[in-house]
Amino acid sequence: MIDLFWLIPLVPLVGVVINGLFAKRFIGSENFTGWLASGLMLIAFFIGAGAFLGLAELPPEQRHIEIELYDWIPAGLAHMNTADAGVESARFTIPFGFQLDPLSALMVLIITGVGFLIHVYAIGYMKHDPPDPGFYRFFTYLNLFASFMLILVLGNSYAMMFIGWEGVGLCSYLLIGYYYTKKSAGDAGKKAFVANRVGDAAFLLAMFATFFTFGTLDYDGVFAGAAQHYEVGAPLITMITLLWFIGATGKSAQIPLFVWLPDAMEGPTPVSALIHAATMVTAGVYMVVRSNVLYSLSPFTMTVVAVIGAATALMAATIAMVQNDIKRVLAYSTISQLGYMFLACGVGAYAVGVFHLMTHAFFKALLFMAAGSVMHALHGELDMWKMGNVRKYMPITHRTFMVGTLAIAGVPGLAGFFSKDEILWYAWSGPNGHPLLWAVGTLVAGLTAFYMMRMFLVTFYGESRMDPHVESHAHENPPMMTYPLIVLAILSVLGGYVGIPANLRIGPLATLHNNFDLMTWLEPVAGGHAGAGGGDQAEADTEEHAAIESVPLDDVGFARVAEVIPAEVALAPVLQDEEHAEDHTALEWTLMLISVAVALAGMGLAYVIYIGNPKMATTLQQRFSGLHRLLFNKYKVDELYDALFINRAKDLGVGLWAFDDGVVDGVVNGAASSTMQAADASTEFDERVVDGAVNGVGYTLWSGSGGLRALQTGFVQNYALIIVIGMVALLSAYFFGF
Amino acid sequence: MGTLGLEHYLLLSALLFGIGVIGVLVRRNVIMVLMCLELIFNAANINLVAVSRFRPDLAGQIFTIFTITVAAAEAAIGLGLVIALYRHVQTVNVDEIHVLRG
Amino acid sequence: MESLAFYILAGIILVSAVLMVTSRNMVHSIVYMVISFIAVGALFFQLQAEFVGAVQILVYAGGIVVLFLFVIMLVNVGEVMQLDYLHTQWLPATLLMLVVVAEVGFLVWGNGGALQASPAEAGAVVRALGGNTETVGMTLYTDYLLPFEIASVLLLVAMVGAIYLAKKEA
Repeated sequence: MIDLFWLIPLVPLVGVVINGLFAKRFIGSENFTGWLASGLMLIAFFIGAGAFLGLAELPPEQRHIEIELYDWIPAGLAHMNTADAGVESARFTIPFGFQLDPLSALMVLIITGVGFLIHVYAIGYMKHDPPDPGFYRFFTYLNLFASFMLILVLGNSYAMMFIGWEGVGLCSYLLIGYYYTKKSAGDAGKKAFVANRVGDAAFLLAMFATFFTFGTLDYDGVFAGAAQHYEVGAPLITMITLLWFIGATGKSAQIPLFVWLPDAMEGPTPVSALIHAATMVTAGVYMVVRSNVLYSLSPFTMTVVAVIGAATALMAATIAMVQNDIKRVLAYSTISQLGYMFLACGVGAYAVGVFHLMTHAFFKALLFMAAGSVMHALHGELDMWKMGNVRKYMPITHRTFMVGTLAIAGVPGLAGFFSKDEILWYAWSGPNGHPLLWAVGTLVAGLTAFYMMRMFLVTFYGESRMDPHVESHAHENPPMMTYPLIVLAILSVLGGYVGIPANLRIGPLATLHNNFDLMTWLEPVAGGHAGAGGGDQAEADTEEHAAIESVPLDDVGFARVAEVIPAEVALAPVLQDEEHAEDHTALEWTLMLISVAVALAGMGLAYVIYIGNPKMATTLQQRFSGLHRLLFNKYKVDELYDALFINRAKDLGVGLWAFDDGVVDGVVNGAASSTMQAADASTEFDERVVDGAVNGVGYTLWSGSGGLRALQTGFVQNYALIIVIGMVALLSAYFFGF
Repeated sequence: MGTLGLEHYLLLSALLFGIGVIGVLVRRNVIMVLMCLELIFNAANINLVAVSRFRPDLAGQIFTIFTITVAAAEAAIGLGLVIALYRHVQTVNVDEIHVLRG
Repeated sequence: MESLAFYILAGIILVSAVLMVTSRNMVHSIVYMVISFIAVGALFFQLQAEFVGAVQILVYAGGIVVLFLFVIMLVNVGEVMQLDYLHTQWLPATLLMLVVVAEVGFLVWGNGGALQASPAEAGAVVRALGGNTETVGMTLYTDYLLPFEIASVLLLVAMVGAIYLAKKEA
């Protein structure tokens, strides 16, 4: 089974071909299409599980299998800048290869497992009366997405990751704009695409820089080269990792490129659950963890990652507190949780980031699908203030939603508690940790508990504020939609027990920990392990070793990271403590209790405000109306970007046009063209006035936009000339050696 | 006349490319524009084949075959578009086709 | 001898290309284009790339030209020829291209002959590789098999697309 793992990304492609090309015309059965798509996901899951178990039988250092199917890009020589010998030539070939290791195996299980449940759910969700003609298209895209996502995590080089990276972006765009007759959906798709493009450009630059630096894009080659030739803090590595992180901010919706994710909720809910919560948006986290060898070489980038992650988590959580649209609350919550994952990566606890990625995939997919279930039952209603007391009609959705809420809020015993607590612990004590990061993280935990509880209570409890017509049709959804919810609810409870924090490893939990621990599992990949780079002397420091013995810190693998990070950065406050594990455990207990207390306080506050004393919400909103408006308008980031970038880009366009018009055309026929343009302008002016469509005000606006309009001459050859000018400019730049 | 080097072919290719680009930029007839695009393709092909001869690599010739394939596909699609356009607006004059005007 | 062939062919290619771009009558343009394509094909033979030369003549001078002729038959050529056929931006276009040619010329001759591979060495290289059909075929079906298959799909897509675009609207 393990040798067949390269089949995993290809399995969903079968569904793309059958559903995309033949199903609608030749088969015409929605059930067939839906179950084919889901069945293929299940097959992929089984192959993935087989590969996972096969991998588990191998000794940890051999858990790394590569297979190269063929030479994808067999190109010629290219320049590279070697660390030792300056610029040299390297043969640029990119094999189409896959690689299976603990990290990719885990990601495969998450993608195919959660993906399968969401596919099944989507069969019920997308069934309408009358049938939606896009049903086949929907499942084609969904399978295509799964395939690209699997390529992303299974690829053995950055180029392979880039195929998946772009492919999932495309599918995300297609699925956000699934209801393309709705303008808002089309706009949201475009926004997502453009925001992602900014990140992708940085990703591309990072790839170029990587090839130039290491002469290869293969993970093993790059990591080995990095470990051998570069010191901690090498500027080149810092540049590469920063560029990669910009790419991650696009895909994973972090500051500053997060603006697309809330709008992405225009897509159907299964899409929000699968792509914009459980899998695609975590690609950035995956990439950082995959490149952890490089990231660990750059303390500066690590700090940037941690700070951006914490800031994003805080910002998104505050926005989520006041949104009324349930899907938007979840969208901001997703951004916030992704911030947590980056925080974990930034402080050096990569495996913990992946742990949270996994638990988040469970409970956020659950929450999205439960929200979609409510929405489906209430005729597409999304405003939580038009719900209330929904639990009366939808008992299963209510209970599963409750599990999801408690899990994300961090109630002890549920999945979210374990992963969040681990993150907070390493935010304090990790190689790059800082008490301030911990404080922000804990505050966000409280906010999370508050806004999730608020949404849960307002939606499912209190008095019904539903439209009577809607209420009369409210009903629990068919089993096809509720069963996936139940399965995910179970996972949201149990998912955390694969990563038990050190201080809780007592009694049966210790046995559990010894049987399977996610951090141990991920250690060969996420532990700063560099293919050939010497990372084997994990026990770098004897003092540290003392701490490690009693509390197996190297489970998270940063004992190895510590090796490459300067001592003052690596040795977190706790580790410096020459006392031993007792204090360590005591501190861990303290931090854990504080975070649980904060979470419970947040939940309690939500209960008091929204159930105990319903008028209080309005009072508070009025008292802090300025703050509320700021949060409600999402800190006006969209408006800021319009002012800063979108309008500046338009100005640039006008400027370029002015150059083209004034300088280039001027050479030829300055006088003639200006006369003609004046004539054109006056003709159009006449027409406008004669038509009477707009009067003076209209004319003012029109003449104001004249510059923009003139840029779009509509003459193809003008555009072509501009392209040629650009080409000649580039050639000249190369010629003169810029 | 001297001996032939790679540079002779590169210069020929540059000249042919220049003629092609000028044609694309100045002819007002869509069909002529497409024909001039073919000249540009040819210029690229001369480059590839010449380099393939002067360097120990067959890749240039292989790439030329792919270029010719793509050129054929481009011509078919381009001319199909011209016909569709002609049906629509009854002209092949580029300057009369400016629905993209802002 | 070799250089004489090159200069004759280059002359034919360039003169017919210029005539093609400047000729008012589109059918004349097509004829000049055929001449130019055949000369390029001959140039490939001169470069000992026989297979590519044959493909060039078959596909370009055969297939693509016929395609252009058909389309010219379908549209109203008489009206087209009345046009003021040159666009006003001919001057900047020509200047830009002169810059490009000058730069390429300077690049190949001006920097100490980095590009000048000696013809004898080159001849040996071609013999060793075999510029012939057999070698090209072997390479195409082994190293470049996947791009080759993708090219065939591309042609299929182009065919379907062209038929769809050109057929009368139902």
